[in-house]
Order: sequence, then structure tokens, then C-alpha cells
Amino acid sequence: METLSQLFTILLSTIKDVIPIVVIIFGFQLLVIRRPIPHLKKVLFGFAYVIVGLALFLLGLEKALFPVGRLMAQQLTDPEFIRGSMSAVGEVLHWSDYYWVYIFAFAIGASTTIAEPSLIAVAIKANEVSGGAIGVWGLRLAVALGVAVGISLGTFRIVTGYPIHWFIITGYIFVVIQTFFAPKLIVPLAYDSGGVTTSTVTVPLVAALGLGLASTVPGRSALIDGFGLIAFASLFPMITVMGYAQITEMVAARAKRKQKHEEMVNEE
Amino acid sequence: MSNVFVALGRSMAGSLRDLLPIVVVIGFFQVVVLQQSVPDLFGLLTGLLCVVAGLTFFIYGLEMGLFPIGEVLAHSFARKGSLFWLLVFSFSLGFGTTVAEPALIAVAAEAASVAAEGGMIDATEQAMKSYASGLRYTVAVSVGLAIVIGVIRILKGWPIHYMIAIGYVLVVVMTGFAPQEIIGIAYDSGGVTTSTITVPLVTALGVGLASSIEGRNPMIDGFGLIAFASLTPMIFVMAYGMVI
Repeated sequence: METLSQLFTILLSTIKDVIPIVVIIFGFQLLVIRRPIPHLKKVLFGFAYVIVGLALFLLGLEKALFPVGRLMAQQLTDPEFIRGSMSAVGEVLHWSDYYWVYIFAFAIGASTTIAEPSLIAVAIKANEVSGGAIGVWGLRLAVALGVAVGISLGTFRIVTGYPIHWFIITGYIFVVIQTFFAPKLIVPLAYDSGGVTTSTVTVPLVAALGLGLASTVPGRSALIDGFGLIAFASLFPMITVMGYAQITEMVAARAKRKQKHEEMVNEE
Repeated sequence: MSNVFVALGRSMAGSLRDLLPIVVVIGFFQVVVLQQSVPDLFGLLTGLLCVVAGLTFFIYGLEMGLFPIGEVLAHSFARKGSLFWLLVFSFSLGFGTTVAEPALIAVAAEAASVAAEGGMIDATEQAMKSYASGLRYTVAVSVGLAIVIGVIRILKGWPIHYMIAIGYVLVVVMTGFAPQEIIGIAYDSGGVTTSTITVPLVTALGVGLASSIEGRNPMIDGFGLIAFASLTPMIFVMAYGMVI
């Protein structure tokens, strides 16, 4: 019973999110374009599926994964737990004592990104547009690796307390330089994947991790240092997606060279 | 009929595989690292079932509703040839989908309490509320503008990396002048604005536009709208922090 009412609440809030989109689309369709939408019934069913699917998805996450994940983020950042692995009591914590936090950040970043619905959508589209050259799984794994590295670096920043803009600005410079060496086709997609990665699944868990860390590490303020993990998670996928394209290009070029070489040998 | 079930079963299996990593990670940390039992196994299993079913429905509806409508709109605008209405539409789509975004509302409220703590505004509920809603509209306007700029770029075929690089330079320069407290929030606001329903729609719109205009490559010109939508909020939020 409780689950049902929860589902209803989530369904309602999902519908509320979709209403502006529906109003804008159909308003423009009716008033400006003045042309009937092809396969209207199918499209409406599609919208209904999206809404129901998203509501079920959020309900399930809220019931099964988020409570455990949030609790875990708190427990892992608890000084008691971190001290537990040390022999001497009363020693000042070193940044390296937080290794389980970094490992957790890496693992949770990668695994939530794999399940992120909007990334799946973009990967499907990219695969379709590129005629199969960009694999759905290749892109998703590249982005997941980027988010994983980004979030674990972000937790390292919270622990050490270095200013966030040093990291972000260095990352930007890296992205701009890498852009000139990356295959042209991948660049816009790589830039997009930065913003795509962080939505329904990743943000709640990552925010819990950031706030938990910032409120337990001595000298950090939850309000100021708790933010910024999302920024890391949107920066690094750009680097890994471009890197993925560079590596695939290199492999393809090497295979081609090898083939050519073999052909020449055969001709002789 | 059995074909439908086979297809449904296959996409369910796909969703299950997408979810497996989270389950493994959380299970491993719970049992091995924290050495605690898994609480409420029944709730966990029903929750997972919901997630799998939800993801399956979402992807199914994506290909049936969201992708086609984005493309149809792009094609009709391209055929109609009215730049003005296309830009009005782009702005409304960006603004309308962002202003009601729950993640943004949460971030704006937290930003208001940061600002109050930092002494930038009065620590009254009134002042915090007006600060938060001001911030929300600022971000929504910035996303609307981002989609407009992104659409103009697709029409003109400008290379994206120069525009993004200019945006980065702006972010870096403004970081030097913006109040310390707002920087973390500003950087985060770029990532939280793009929701699960907006992303597929905007992507389909961009790709649809690029493929219905001659001389544009959907791969090079079609993507990139999301990138703008996650860059401009950073600039606007820092500007907001500097002005207030």
C-alpha cells in the first residue's frame, strides 16, 4: 500500500516535469507549424511509456538502492571507520587513509553511469548517426571510466581541500589541447557526454558522498566543499570519450597498415 | 504475439545487465568492506524489479515517442524556413524544461543557504527564497540561450570547439572575480540542468536539424547542444553571484 502511494507521488511529479515539454511541443506544432504530427497515437504511447518507465525506475531506486547507497557513503566517510584500519589511535588522518572512499567513488561513479538512462539514449543516437562506427557500449564504457576517475579525484579534492578551480581549469586546458588531436567527428559528442552523464542515478548518490565527506573531514564545510563532485563528473568524460576515439582510430590505422604490408608481401 | 514477448524479454535482459554493476558495487561494499548484512532483502528485490521494468519501458518509449517527435519538429522547422520561430522554440524548450527541474530547485535552495552563511544576503527566509528563485530563473534563461546559440551554430555550421573554448575562458576569468562560496555551486549547476527527458529530445532535435539542412553532417553539427546547455549555467551563476 505504501509502495503504491509512493509510486503515485513519483508518477505525479514525473508528469509535472513532462508537462512543460508537452505544452511547448504541441503548442508550437498546433500554432506555428500547423501540421498534424505523423503517427500521433504511437508518439503519445511513447510518451506514456517514458513517463511510466521513469517513474518505476525512480521508485525502484528510491526503494532499493538509494537508502543503502546513502548510508554507505556516510559509513565509509565516518572517521571511526577510517581509523579502524590504522594501528595507532589519535594519529592525524592522512589523505591516503581514505583509500576506501576513493575506491567507492570510482566504483559507484562507473556503475551508476552505466545505468544512466539519458546516456543510453545518447549512445543509441550516436550509434545510429555514425552508422555503427561509434559503438553503444564503447561510448558508455568510455563515459563511465571518465565519471569514475572524475568522482574519485573529486573526493580526493574534498579530503585534501585544494581549491576546485585549479582542477577544473587544468582539465579545461587539457580538453582544449586534446580537441586538436582528436578525430573531428567525435568532438561534439564528447563535449555533450560531459553534460549527459549526471542525472537521475548518479547525482543523488554522488551528492550524498560529497556531503558526507565534507561534513566529516576536519576543516571542511559541508556547504562549500560538498559541491563540485558533479563538475568533476562532467569534465572527465570529455577526455575519456576523445581518448576512446583516438585509440580506436589508432588501432584501425595500425590494422590498415598491417593489411597493406601483408598485401605487399603477398604480391612479392 | 510471441515476437513481442521475445523482444520485451531481450530488452529486460539488457536493462538487468545495465543495472548489475551497481548491485555488485553496493553488495561488495556492504558485505566485504563494511561487513554488514543486507537489510530488507524483499524490499531490495521488488525495488530492483521496478528499476529493471522502468528502464525497459523508458527505452521502449524513447524510440517510439521522444526521438521521433524531436526529429519531426526539426524537419518541420527546417521546411518552414522561419528562423524566428525556430529560435523562439529553442529558447522555450531550454527555459521550460529547466525552470521546473527538481535537481535545479534543490541546488538553488542550497545555494541560497550558502549565500546567507557567507553574508552575501540576509539570513531571512524571505531573502533566501528570492535569492533561490532568482538563481533558478537565471539558470533557466542561460539554458534557453544555450539552446538558441547551439541551434544557430548548427544552422551556420560553426566549429564547436572554438565556441566551447571561448566559454571556458569566460568561466576561468569569472572564477577569479566571483565570490568563493558560489564557485562550487556554479560548477555543479552545469551538470544538473540537463534532465533525463530533455537530453534525448534535444539530441534528436539537433541531429534532425543537422540532417535536414544541406551541407551539415549530423555527427559533427548535430551533437553539441547539451554541451552548450551545461556550459552557460556556470557563467550565468557566477555572474549572478557577482551582481547580488
